[in-house]
Amino acid sequence: MATETMVEPTRRDFLFIATGAAGAIAVGSIVWPLIDQMNPDASTLAAANTEVDLANIAEGQIVTVKWRGKPVFVRHRTQKEIDAARAVPMSELRDPATDESRAQKPEWLIVIGICTHLGCVPLGHQGQYDGWFCPCHGSVYDTAARIRQGPAPYNLYLPPYKFLSDSKVSIG
Amino acid sequence: MSGHSTYIPKSDLARWFESRLPIIGLIHSSFIVFPNPRNLNYWWTFGGILAFMLMSQIVTGVVLVMHYTPETTLAFDSVEHIMRDVNYGWLLRYAHANGASMFFIAVYIHMFRGFYYGSYKAPREVLWLLGVVIYLLMMATGFMGYVLPWGQMSFWGATVITSLFSAIPVVGNSITTWLWGGYSVDNATLNRFFSLHYLLPFMILGVVILHIWALHVAGPGNPVGVEKKSPKDTLAFHPYFTVKDGFALVCFLIFYAWFVFYIPNFLGDADNYIEANPLQTPVHIVPEWYYLPFYAILRSIPSKLGGVIAMFGAIVLFAFLPWLDRSPVRSGNYRPVFKIFFWIFVAVTLALGYIGSQPPEGNMVLYGQLLTAYYFIFFLVILPLIGLFETPLPLPASIAESVLSPVKPPAAPAAATSSAEH
Amino acid sequence: MRRILKDETMSARLHAGLGAIAFAAAFLAFGTPGFSQGENTGSSEAVEGHHAPERQSWSFYGPFGKYDQAQLQRGFKVYKDVCSNCHSINDIAFRNLADPGGPGFSEAQVKALAETYKVKDGPNDAGEMYERPGRPSDHIPPPFPNKQAAIAALGAAPPDMSVLAKARAISRGFPYFITDAFVQYQEAGPDYIYALLTGYTKDDDPNWNAIFPGHHIAMPKPLADGQVEYTDGTPQTLPQYAKDISAFLMWAAEPKLEERKEIGFRVFIFLIVFATLLYFVKKRIWAGLHDEAAHAHP
Repeated sequence: MATETMVEPTRRDFLFIATGAAGAIAVGSIVWPLIDQMNPDASTLAAANTEVDLANIAEGQIVTVKWRGKPVFVRHRTQKEIDAARAVPMSELRDPATDESRAQKPEWLIVIGICTHLGCVPLGHQGQYDGWFCPCHGSVYDTAARIRQGPAPYNLYLPPYKFLSDSKVSIG
Repeated sequence: MSGHSTYIPKSDLARWFESRLPIIGLIHSSFIVFPNPRNLNYWWTFGGILAFMLMSQIVTGVVLVMHYTPETTLAFDSVEHIMRDVNYGWLLRYAHANGASMFFIAVYIHMFRGFYYGSYKAPREVLWLLGVVIYLLMMATGFMGYVLPWGQMSFWGATVITSLFSAIPVVGNSITTWLWGGYSVDNATLNRFFSLHYLLPFMILGVVILHIWALHVAGPGNPVGVEKKSPKDTLAFHPYFTVKDGFALVCFLIFYAWFVFYIPNFLGDADNYIEANPLQTPVHIVPEWYYLPFYAILRSIPSKLGGVIAMFGAIVLFAFLPWLDRSPVRSGNYRPVFKIFFWIFVAVTLALGYIGSQPPEGNMVLYGQLLTAYYFIFFLVILPLIGLFETPLPLPASIAESVLSPVKPPAAPAAATSSAEH
Repeated sequence: MRRILKDETMSARLHAGLGAIAFAAAFLAFGTPGFSQGENTGSSEAVEGHHAPERQSWSFYGPFGKYDQAQLQRGFKVYKDVCSNCHSINDIAFRNLADPGGPGFSEAQVKALAETYKVKDGPNDAGEMYERPGRPSDHIPPPFPNKQAAIAALGAAPPDMSVLAKARAISRGFPYFITDAFVQYQEAGPDYIYALLTGYTKDDDPNWNAIFPGHHIAMPKPLADGQVEYTDGTPQTLPQYAKDISAFLMWAAEPKLEERKEIGFRVFIFLIVFATLLYFVKKRIWAGLHDEAAHAHP
C-alpha cells in the first residue's frame, strides 16, 4: 500500500505530462498551416524572374519593369553619369558604396525603384544629382542611386540579376 | 452563466480586472465548476464537438477567403489555385469542405440525442428552439458555401434551391429575381452568397452563445431524464467532462481525418469539378448529403407549392417538438413504445436520404411518398398519441440512485467486465 | 459504479445498433430493387447497358499510394503528342512537371520543354501582344484560344483536362458508396478514363464507346497501338497508353496526393496515440469517483 502511493504520483504525472505535450503538439501542428498559407504561394515564387531586353533601351534612358510586383529601374547610363558617380568621395556618402559595387556593367544600373524611406517610387532624371528624386519626402539619389539628401537612410536596393547575353538581363 | 460565481481572484491585478469585467468568473462558473449530471454518456459529448467544428469552420473559412475570388469567371480557378499553389491550400480546403459534412454529422447525432432523451421538454424549450435556429442557419450557410466553388453542382444547386421560392403564389417570381439580383444565378448571386456565407457563421456563433446560456440555466438533461437534486447527482465540468469531451473530440477527429486525408472527395459530387455552365444542366442534380431527406420529401409531393411547403414543414416541425410530445417522461430509455417508433423514424430519415440521392423514377417515388407519410404522421399523430397512452417504466428517484444504487452482486458475466475495467 | 455507467453507454450503443439494423432492413426490403430499377430506366449515368467501369490497379491507391514517376512521364508524353491537340490543361504550369510528387522532370528539362512552346504575352511598349518562348512559370498553352474556336474547329468543345480525373468519378451506387469509404476507393475517375479509352470496340464506328453514356461520343477513337513512342521499353499498346494517360490525369487533378497521404498517415498515428493517452487520463480522473461512490453507498 505504502509503495503504491509512492509510485502512483509519478506514473500519474507522466501520463498527464505526456497528454499535455501531445495536446501542445496538436495545437502547434494545426496552427502552422494556418500561418504558412499566408506566405507567398508557389505561383508567386515561380514568377520571380523577369527578363529584360536591353537592346531597346537607348543611352540615357530609364526603363521601369515589374519584378515581384515592384518597380525595377534599368538605367542605361551615359559616360557622363558614370563619371559623375565615380568622382564622389566615399566620405560624402550617407551609405557608402563604390559605383563599381553598384553596377555589374558600368553602363547598366539596375536598382529596385522603392525609396528606402517609406516605399514611394522615386522619379528619374530629377534632383540635384540628376539621379532620382522621391516626391513623397524629398530624398535625393545620385546616378548610382545612392542616397545623398533627404530622410532616406540607405541607397536604393539592388535586385539579384545576371546578364544572359550582352543584350539580355534576367532579374531575380 | 449560472448565477453567482465562486471564483476568487488570486492576485491584485486579477481582482482589479474582475471587479471591472467579471469574465474570468463567468468562465469559471460556466466551464470549470459547473455541476453537470454525473451520468452523461458519450452522446452528450457532441455539443463540445460541435463547438470545435464551428470554430474550425470559421478559422479555415477565414483563411480560404484570403485566396478565393468571388467572381464567376475566376471562382473555379481560384479554388484550383488554392488546391495547387497555396501553402497547405489543399489541406485547408479539404478540411473546410469535409468539415461541413462533419459538422452536419455531429449536429444530426446531437439532434437525435436530444430527441431520444427528450431534451426539449420543460424547462428546456427555449434551449431547443435556439438549437433549431442554429440548424436552419447551418443549412443556409452550407448551401451558400457549396455555391462558391462555382462548379456545375454549385450552379444548378443554387438554381434549383432559389427556384423553390418561385412556388410562392403571386410574389414568387419577384422574390426569386430579387434573390438572384438578375434573371438567373449569376455574378450578383455569387457575390451575395459569398457575403452571406461569411456572415452567417458569426450569427451561428451568436446563437450558440445564447444556446449555451440557456443550457446553463436549467443545466443539461441526462440519460435518465430525472433532474439533478443534490450535489451527489453532479460532477464538476472540469476535469470530469473536459477530459471526457476531449477524448470524444479526438476520436471524432480520427474519423474526420480519414475523410480529409484519404477520401477527400468521397462526400462531394464529381460534377462539381466541372466549371459552371448555365447552358447545360447535369443529368442528375443532387444536393449535398445533409439535405437529402428533405430533398426526397420535396420530390415526393406532386405539386410545386405542396412540395416546397412539405419540405420546409419537415424542418419546422422540429421546432414544435416540445408541444407535440406531451409525455411527462423525458428519457426514451423509460418509454418502451416511443423507443420503437423513434428508431423507425431514424431509419425512415436515413432511407429518405438514400431516396433523395437517387433519380426520381419508378418505385423510388412511391417509397419516398410512403416514408414522407411516416415522417409527418410520426410528428403529428404518433408522437402526441404515445404521450397519452404509453405506460412508462418506473423512473429512478435520482441521478445518483440510477448510477450508484443498483449495484448488482458480482455475478459471473458482470465480474468479467468489471475486472477487465480494473 | 463505473460498471453501471458503462451499462448506460452500452444500452445507448445497443440503440444505435438497432438503428443500423433497421436501416439495413429498410434497404434489403426495397433499396436494392429500386436501384436496379434506376439502371434499367436509364437516367443519369445509368444509361441502357451502361455499367460502372472496372477497377484497375493504380500505384496511387490506398493510404501509402504514390505516383509512378515513369508512368506520369509516359502519360505526359501521351498528353503532349495526342490529347493536347484538342484538350487544354489550363491549371498545369510547366514548373508543376518538376514538383515533388509529380512526374519528376528536372528543372532543366522543364525549362527546355517550356521554351519549345510559344506563349502569348504583352502588351509591349508598342501596345501590341506578342509571342515569346515559354518559361517554367507559364501555364501550358491551350490548343484553342477560346471555347468558340474549339467548337468551330471540332464541332464540340473538348473538356479541359486539369481536373477531369475528379470530374469523371462516377458514383457506383449502393452498397459501394458505403464500402468505398472504408477501402478508400477514390480512383473512379481514372478507372472511367481508362475504360473510355479502351472502350472503342466497334471497328466500323469510331464514335461508338462502350462506357460512354448513350454510347455515342463526339471524340473519335483517339489512341491506337504504336501511336506514341516510348523510349523506356514499355509496350506501345493502347491499354498501356490508356493506363498512363489516366494516371497522368489523376496527378494533374490531384497533384498534392502524395503529400496529403504522407501527412495523413502521420496525423493518424498521432491522433491514435493522443486518443489513447486521453483515454487513460479520463479513466484515471474518473477512477477517483469509485471510492467516493463506495463511501456514498456503504
